[in-house]
Amino acid sequence: MRIVVASGKGGTGKTTVATSLALVGGESVRCLDCDVEAPNAALFLHPVLDRRQEVGIPLPRVDTARCTHCGKCAEVCQYHAIAVLGQTTLVFPELCHGCGSCTRLCPEGAISEHLHVTGVLEGGLTADGLEFARGLLQVGEPMAVPIIRELKRWPPRRRPAIEIWDAPPGASCPVVETLRGADFALLVTEPTPFGLHDLKQVVGIARELKIPAGVVVNRDGIGDQAVDAYCADQGLPILLRIPMERRIAEGLARGRSLLETAPDYRPAFQDLLAAIQDRVNAEYAR
Amino acid sequence: MMKQLIVLSGKGGTGKTSVTAAFAHLAAGGRLTGQVVIADADVDAANLELVLQPRVLETQPFQGGQVAVIDQDTCLVCGSCADVCRFDAIIERDGQYLVDPIACDGCAACVYQCPTESIRMEPQIAGKSYVSESRYGPLYHANLDPGQENSGKLVTLVKQRARLRALDEDRELVLVDGPPGIGCPVIAAASGADLALIVAEPTAAGVHDMQRVLGTLRHFGVPALVCINKADIYPEGAAAIETSCRADGVVTVGRIPFDATVASAMVAGEAVTAFRPEAPASLAVAAVWERVLAFLEAPA
Amino acid sequence: MKLVISIAGDSLQSPFDARFGRAAAFCLVDSDTGSWTAHANPALEAAGGAGVQAAQCVAGLGAQAVVSGAYGPKAYASLSAAGIAMHLAPGNAPRTGADVLAQFKAGELSQAQAATQDGRH
Repeated sequence: MRIVVASGKGGTGKTTVATSLALVGGESVRCLDCDVEAPNAALFLHPVLDRRQEVGIPLPRVDTARCTHCGKCAEVCQYHAIAVLGQTTLVFPELCHGCGSCTRLCPEGAISEHLHVTGVLEGGLTADGLEFARGLLQVGEPMAVPIIRELKRWPPRRRPAIEIWDAPPGASCPVVETLRGADFALLVTEPTPFGLHDLKQVVGIARELKIPAGVVVNRDGIGDQAVDAYCADQGLPILLRIPMERRIAEGLARGRSLLETAPDYRPAFQDLLAAIQDRVNAEYAR
Repeated sequence: MMKQLIVLSGKGGTGKTSVTAAFAHLAAGGRLTGQVVIADADVDAANLELVLQPRVLETQPFQGGQVAVIDQDTCLVCGSCADVCRFDAIIERDGQYLVDPIACDGCAACVYQCPTESIRMEPQIAGKSYVSESRYGPLYHANLDPGQENSGKLVTLVKQRARLRALDEDRELVLVDGPPGIGCPVIAAASGADLALIVAEPTAAGVHDMQRVLGTLRHFGVPALVCINKADIYPEGAAAIETSCRADGVVTVGRIPFDATVASAMVAGEAVTAFRPEAPASLAVAAVWERVLAFLEAPA
Repeated sequence: MKLVISIAGDSLQSPFDARFGRAAAFCLVDSDTGSWTAHANPALEAAGGAGVQAAQCVAGLGAQAVVSGAYGPKAYASLSAAGIAMHLAPGNAPRTGADVLAQFKAGELSQAQAATQDGRH
């Protein structure tokens, strides 16, 4: 079962919820931090990261001896990542998406590909025995999606019963890449106009991908009732409420997981995991 | 001389938009009255409009990337399109090849590969961009349709239009609310900025993400200042940010306390400095604004 | 010679635009006869690679030299490869394309020896 924890708005407590859910699942869980631009889950799970792999995109390399400057590569590239100017063929790595068209279509066979490293994958086990992996986008590199794609393809040590994927904020391509193939979207929001606005965006993606969804309301009590009204209207179940508590905020700030600071929340997260399992099973039974 | 100021954070939810909204309010009431153009570059979570209450003057469809479309009448079902696609965007279902428009990256590799020329690229409408008049000046903003790609392109468009407006009308400041993270939308939003203000959070996660966004800004040569929001939640964390910044030669321009007024202002649809100017967060943001202004106006 | 000046408008009398890749338009001028044409910059709203696209546009216009305020690394690499000389019109003073043309003719403008700004997307 693959659960994605997403939010639309950043800072609503996605990582807090994802790591708490992973901790109650224990050894049956593999947790992936798909927020490759700002990965934070490891700060709360403390895994020993002993696996590492460089990832990136296949970048063209032009053999100047064979290139005739015919311009075919520049013509087929949709990203302006390869250009022929005068008697020179230039490759711009930061623009390349690694689609391979230039290499495939070069009439002289003058282009080959090599891996252009744009990030790394890191993985290991936590003290509780749950498997963790994350992707890290290299600073200055624009494209998060290839790192997320490779992270999800990275073979686990053992086949986990439950996968928990911590999504990046927002509602564009990196979130979609994270959600692809998920069985359930757990959407964490806060009861404010910003939280609601961004929740609607990510609900839209889950609907388009036909992934069943449920909501966690974090910092309950800080704003208004509009999130509740929206969820009721849309038939979105609110599966958990976490009230605004200063001790939780302070604990998280110090890098302690929610369950370390507030062990009294453990049963609530066990129930949440069970509720998600029930919903996914019901979905498959249909 | 027109300047561009961008507000960023790395980690989402640190209070970027609340700070930007307060800056827009303070600028409109101060020496920069009538001199500011505002741009919301966080196009997949465009929240500034919830505070600035824009009256939309102009709406334009935003053409995102292109996606491949297969003509089923001439398709031979040979599968060469699926073979060359590196984005897992071509799916075989019931004896037909179909394009998943969400996965399609728009590279057109399949178009060049198809032996019967049955695939064409079609531009997609991926969102809308707006020109508005807001309570604190012209606002350029946009909404990306959920799940669309190319937010970097839409960010560039919004910022470009705001910049041209400021140049046209000789306005002094383009104030940009940036997206979270360090990737494509952030790079697009920060490009050409004269100064970035990072709103950091004194949390383990916040410090880490602040350092990554500072690295990104350094990479692209944009000078940066840091302010610390919700600083009193974890004063040791705030001190750690200040130490880390000092070591990197980055100036910190103030601490903003945790203040429930910020959420109340958001619910009321107002900038916190307009909602309750005497609230602790409002006073702190106003002090940060004065220091940021001083840096903007200082000769480079 | 055929010269391109980056402009924010559609004529030689339009304001000079100090950016190359993100210039609103390019004015192609024959510095001998003074005749000119204006061309929209196809890269203005490009997601990335504006410098490359703008350089390809300028090369396609048959220009031998270009005047702008700044060149990013991709624009610099592309224009160098195309053998197009890059001249710099420094300063922030408002002026028109025609003013810049006069400066160029008077030999007041130096050539860029390297990219003058960091890479932007």
